[in-house]
Amino acid sequence: MSQNKHAVLSEHACHEIDRWVAKYPPERKQSAVLAALREVQHENGGYLTNELMDAVADYLGLPAIAVYEVASFYSMYELKPVGRHNIAVCTNISCMLRGSDEIVAHIEQKLGIRLGESTADGKFYLKKEEECLAACASAPMMQVDHVYYENLTTAEVDRILDSLE
Amino acid sequence: MFLNGMLYATKTLENPWSFDTYVQQGGYEAWKKILRGELTSDEVIDIVKASGLRGRGGAGFPTGLKWSFMPRKAPGQKYVVCNSDESEPGTCKDREILIYNPHALVEGMAIAGFAIGATAGYNYMRGEFMDEPYLHFEQAVNEAYAAGLLGRNVQGSGIDFDLYPSLGAGAYICGEETALLESIEGKKGQPRFKPPFPASFGVYGRPTTINNTETFAAVPWIIRHGGERYLAVGKPNNGGTKIFSVVGDVNAPGNFEIPLGTPFSKLLELAGGVKGGALKAVIPGGSSAPVLPANIMLDCTMDYDAIAKAGSMLGSGAVIVMNDSRCMVRSLLRLSYFYQHESCGQCTPCREGTGWLWRLVDRIEHGRGRMEDIDVLDSVADNIMGRTICALGDAAAMPVRGMIKHFRDEFVHHVEHKRCAAGTAAALATT
Repeated sequence: MSQNKHAVLSEHACHEIDRWVAKYPPERKQSAVLAALREVQHENGGYLTNELMDAVADYLGLPAIAVYEVASFYSMYELKPVGRHNIAVCTNISCMLRGSDEIVAHIEQKLGIRLGESTADGKFYLKKEEECLAACASAPMMQVDHVYYENLTTAEVDRILDSLE
Repeated sequence: MFLNGMLYATKTLENPWSFDTYVQQGGYEAWKKILRGELTSDEVIDIVKASGLRGRGGAGFPTGLKWSFMPRKAPGQKYVVCNSDESEPGTCKDREILIYNPHALVEGMAIAGFAIGATAGYNYMRGEFMDEPYLHFEQAVNEAYAAGLLGRNVQGSGIDFDLYPSLGAGAYICGEETALLESIEGKKGQPRFKPPFPASFGVYGRPTTINNTETFAAVPWIIRHGGERYLAVGKPNNGGTKIFSVVGDVNAPGNFEIPLGTPFSKLLELAGGVKGGALKAVIPGGSSAPVLPANIMLDCTMDYDAIAKAGSMLGSGAVIVMNDSRCMVRSLLRLSYFYQHESCGQCTPCREGTGWLWRLVDRIEHGRGRMEDIDVLDSVADNIMGRTICALGDAAAMPVRGMIKHFRDEFVHHVEHKRCAAGTAAALATT
């Protein structure tokens, strides 16, 4: 495999992928695909590119399609450029019963974007979260950069979003 | 009252997740007993069978029986896998086990590994748990290795057990056990045909036992105190405690670990009673469980058999409470949208049917429904059920059938008046 493609992945990403590969039997490196994509997406500001996916395939010795189909199947991978802070508001049944629609409306108004969009300055991405995020007893809730914020009010949302760099 | 007595035993203590806290509560005593050679794998399985422990992920299958299906004395690699892909809408109990009592899961998985002849285990957590829940579990695994309780030839016992934290990346379907196995293998989470069952063809094609987080976390207590004592905490055929996530229209939502067989009214009281009106309906076991109206629910005890008898299922133990201002059509619309999004697309009845369910409910909710749509909804749901590889199709169909069975008049009202019968002006304005 070409030296070139490996250079797409940072030393840290390779180290992280190796750490995950070690959790699985030696001939089962494919098991590390999910973790590898998570890591390279994180280092790339929150989204994947074809170049990165090809590099992951190359690094793990897989056909590119094996990586593409994983990247397009799971909802935590972004295949287009998005804002660097990932906001995911749960709107499933338990949060809906406790006012998540108002939280979404507030964020949309505050940031001037709709669900699924990013702000023009590239700072925020308001993900269209389809799943229940398993914090139903402290609804409404959101994840910002994968950290849970629970029992939200619009004032609390302002405080959290305003504190981000 | 056995409130938070086993699975959440450390929750109110300082550093509830730490090794020291767990050990002070009797943690790892059961595992050490096994390491000292005081129990055989057959004895462990017999104790779990006697306990009446049933799968806490939703299906309620007897755990001891599941373990006995493993070809445990056959040569070759076998695996134990934990399903921490907690994604059933309304359910948030496993996240708190991972955060507050991760060592119970580590110990439970190690004991299960010994019982079924597996020397390696994976705990698959949903990708969204990558922060606190994952890190706490990983820390617990590291602490258990440092204490010499995991690894090769643990404490000279001749027993090997290695445990690995693993993560998904966002997909409800990965909570289905064979989809989860595919995901561990680094593939799309599309369920496999069964048979072969995981006990003969699991992760990497090797014999595998999969249980839910809460199921494994109950095992140390059972081995420590005996199966009969665990069974006695609950009621016959419904042993032990169960965590209920009481969510929605209640004054004090929360996770409550209580004995199976506790009256629903008592659980509702623990959650501070209904908020914002009178009790209208309850979805008693996560969003896939058929809804039950208040009068039926108030007569129920919280256990597998009583909820099944009432026409629903205990499922994951998520108790979604709705007051009398809630529109059932709108609630169903949210759920139907979810299922059509999460269908993996493999089976036509589910892929196409869940889309039909969503579009029909959407049409009725938004005043464009026809009277015959209600029966079409019911028949689409009927045609999905039992015709798919996995249970997601059934999970999408059951809430539809439950809603039409118990709240048909609301669907009729929507069609006739092109608006909602229940709810406030504000609720109408958003539709």
